[in-house]
Amino acid sequence: MKKLLSSKLSKNYMITFGIVIVGFIVIQLLIPTGLLSSTFQGLLVNLCYYVILAVSLNLTVGILGELSLGHAGFMCIGAFTSAFFTNAMADSIESDFVRFLIGLVIGTVAAGVFGILIGIPVLRLSGDYLAIVTLAFGQIIVNIFTVLYVGVDSHGIHIALTSEGLGLEEGGKLILKGAQGITGTPRVATFVIGIILVLLTLFIVLNFINSRAGRAVMAIRDNKIAAESVGINVSKYKILAFSISAALAGMAGVLYAHNISSLTATTAKFGYTQSIMILVFVVLGGIGSIRGSMIAAIILTLLPEYLRFLQDYRMLIYAIVLIVMMIATWNPTCKAFLAKHSPKNWFKKKKEVK
Amino acid sequence: MDFISYLINGVSLGSIYAIIALGYTMVYGIAKMLNFAHGDVIMIGGYICFTAMSASGNPWLGIILAVIVCTVLGVAIEKVAYKPLRQATSLAVLITAIGMSYFLQNLALIIFGSSPKAFKSVVPFEPLVLADGALTIKAESIVTVICCVVIMIVLVNFMKKSKTGAAMLAVSEDKGAAQLMGINVNRTIAITFAIGSALAAIAGVLLCSYSPTLTPYTGSMPGIKAFTAAVFGGIGSIPGAFIGGMLLGIIEGFAKAYISSELADAIVFGVLVIVLIVKPTGILGRPIHEKV
Amino acid sequence: MKKRLVSLFLAGAVAASLLAGCGGGSNTSGGDKFVIGGIGPATGAASVYGNAVKNGAQIAVDEINANGGINGYQIEFSFQDDEHDPEKAVNAYNTLKDKGMHVLMGTVTTQPCLSVIDYTNEDGIFQITPSASAVDVVKYNNCIQVCFQDPTQGTKAAKYISENQLATKIAIIYDVSDAYSAGIHDGFIAEAEKAGLQIVSDESFTADNKSDFSVQLQKAKASGAELIFLPIYATEAATLLKQANDAGINATFFGCDGLDGILTVEGFDAALAENVILLTPFAAESEDPTTQAFVSAYQDKVGEIPNQFAADAYDAIYIIKGLLEKAACTPDMSAEEIGSAMLEALNGFTYDGITGAAMTWENGAVNKTPTAVVVKEGKYVELD
Repeated sequence: MKKLLSSKLSKNYMITFGIVIVGFIVIQLLIPTGLLSSTFQGLLVNLCYYVILAVSLNLTVGILGELSLGHAGFMCIGAFTSAFFTNAMADSIESDFVRFLIGLVIGTVAAGVFGILIGIPVLRLSGDYLAIVTLAFGQIIVNIFTVLYVGVDSHGIHIALTSEGLGLEEGGKLILKGAQGITGTPRVATFVIGIILVLLTLFIVLNFINSRAGRAVMAIRDNKIAAESVGINVSKYKILAFSISAALAGMAGVLYAHNISSLTATTAKFGYTQSIMILVFVVLGGIGSIRGSMIAAIILTLLPEYLRFLQDYRMLIYAIVLIVMMIATWNPTCKAFLAKHSPKNWFKKKKEVK
Repeated sequence: MDFISYLINGVSLGSIYAIIALGYTMVYGIAKMLNFAHGDVIMIGGYICFTAMSASGNPWLGIILAVIVCTVLGVAIEKVAYKPLRQATSLAVLITAIGMSYFLQNLALIIFGSSPKAFKSVVPFEPLVLADGALTIKAESIVTVICCVVIMIVLVNFMKKSKTGAAMLAVSEDKGAAQLMGINVNRTIAITFAIGSALAAIAGVLLCSYSPTLTPYTGSMPGIKAFTAAVFGGIGSIPGAFIGGMLLGIIEGFAKAYISSELADAIVFGVLVIVLIVKPTGILGRPIHEKV
Repeated sequence: MKKRLVSLFLAGAVAASLLAGCGGGSNTSGGDKFVIGGIGPATGAASVYGNAVKNGAQIAVDEINANGGINGYQIEFSFQDDEHDPEKAVNAYNTLKDKGMHVLMGTVTTQPCLSVIDYTNEDGIFQITPSASAVDVVKYNNCIQVCFQDPTQGTKAAKYISENQLATKIAIIYDVSDAYSAGIHDGFIAEAEKAGLQIVSDESFTADNKSDFSVQLQKAKASGAELIFLPIYATEAATLLKQANDAGINATFFGCDGLDGILTVEGFDAALAENVILLTPFAAESEDPTTQAFVSAYQDKVGEIPNQFAADAYDAIYIIKGLLEKAACTPDMSAEEIGSAMLEALNGFTYDGITGAAMTWENGAVNKTPTAVVVKEGKYVELD
């Protein structure tokens, strides 16, 4: 029985990896043919980081079972720390790519560390209270990055609330300019790097779910008291899952920062609006379903771009589509109808029930 | 004297948050959902009142029309977007509410345009000047505080004494059991949305009187702030929403005045985090009992 | 079952959108029209600026098309929404590339512009921004500005205040989360010291916290400031001036070009803006016939009085026309060829527009003089 379960699981994982790899190969083959529009090619890296964000949030929402509305805050930390590093070390390390790799590690670790720091107090709460505290932390992070001025000179890093307050010596470099953010980050993120990071994320998340720790986390989700009573260290596993999720979001942030040369901490990009958007991916794709989050992230990122022909009505239609999709996937009647008329039934013979 | 004036600013801002939070908390308490579109219903209320006032010049007509339109809108939103998902997880409804929020913003953008409108205050009185001009209290502030207190008292009594209020309490405790007792759950929830949206309309008119720039995005940030206020006070609790709103307004005012206007948001949210960590269900929230 | 079903449904939709994407690829320009792209926020909190630019530019395009186009070719103007988001701006840019864009008029806001210039620079496309005002916007040589740069505005404002002895004790209230506002603020502070101005109160707000300015105003009042400097937009200023009036503040208010349009905010009580001074390159009340024609065309089309964003966009389209004509470009040239031809034509090019006379460009930044206007009885009156 156990063997059967695990082989079924690994088959399921293989399908998820397979989809990503096949998708990657198909797109790589299509690029030289000129069939893909600039719009689509320009979106490839974006798709990668949205997929990473969606999959990583699914770890918190689906596996850990806690609602987080501050996920974009971790993305913000990853983006800013790594962009700061790549800009600050521009003179010391020649290669953009090497700086990006080190920045990737720094951004991911920084977000992970903040995940632990924020997770310790936050995970004592539950339900909507936890949600609102994560939202609050997300807004605090955005607010702080909006007002900070950070520069480097030979004495090290200077941090202040105004550009004059920094006291940079001659030749020092002002990197983070408050609301004006960080500009001039090298654009080294490519689709290949993006896909590698997506695969890495999937590998980490899927392995985590299937590990001893992952089973512990799911046991806590399903029944905290029962889990506690069999000796599972609830706080430890909760914080572990939360910080992995945060670190992966930080990684997505690094990819974001190195895909676009100007970086500012706006609420729309790193505040609750973005956190909620990531949550939409997770819920629409099916809570706990890694593949579903991936696909939902791709659709909802592409959708507004391909609705551009609607001009002024674009976002209105987008909102309607979102509502309709939610009702179609979650309403019992609609679900039953879709199940009955699913295209699957055309290919497969009727499966025996249970 | 500065201190008093900061305090008054905080109280008047806080009472606006409180009125919005009352709407949030009503809906949350009974329908158990975070209605993210609440802030946008406020904005619609503002626009309806603005349009009616520009056409007729009569503020009362504007307020009454705003209340009517928002009530109908709130019930309609519930029927179309939230009711089909009553059996689904609360997260699904949350996302639909967000979709609804985008919808209302973009609808307003198309109907009313992106240019801001300057809302004319519905309060016709002059500001109150005390101590030779050192202390000025806006008429709007006084009206808002009075409105807020009156609304809270009415709501508390309504929940305690009326039959519908009792039905609402029953639905909030246990939908299934309430249904078995002969309570029409759908109707009760619809009434909750009607009341919540009517409150949103009043909040919209008062918010715009206080802060007169009206755009399709006017409601979203006060909405989120009021939502945090509702959680602050203990979500689901009517006096809690009032206290939460007031405290949020006062903390925000003092943070701007004495610490840093740049970091005011971070400070407000920071206080929220600390309060919730010390008291995990808000100031007046009921403790959550863990069931085995 | 449920999850599978959902993923199947979603997978189908992905496939459909991919196909739609493929269809867009072959859509290049036919060679009989100039395609001018525009990028800016048409939705979202910054949409008021994006839509003004869109409308202003469209009026210029319609006029040019009615008068025989550029070098005998008609213009096709396509404006794409970026929601004031750098990432969406790049998406919008790629969409425009698929449409066969020759010249880019955009982006409207600064942050998106900073990410788009990388792409236009790589592709060699000529870019003119009506209103993205940061210094870095023109760091490559393929992009020029119609508006002033932020620090320049701050410097000019400080100089104007000290030269005309408007005040010595200054309070500032600015939007710390907005690059435009923060940029002017920094420029102003740097110059104020040299000009002998004393900053007695320096307060700010953020985009998430702009419905209440009472505390900032109270602090300005308590500091004894004679003049309050407002490097902010009219949207916020409408609230701020009302709350200042309620708080009984009678200092002078001084703004920059962002404050332009305050009098035309629908429902705004112009009495609140009485004696407000602003430095702006554009005044809708000007008696200049071109301005008058533009203002009335805008009112016919949109039903509002244009602000300076609309005027900048109107000028931007005519600047593009002037450069294309000077370089004798035709639509069958590639965007890159047109780009380099236009850059060459920029040498020695001057333009008289509604936002300034005899504009010239130096390293992409515009040279023009702002006029100081004061609001008297609901109208702009020019100051000397």
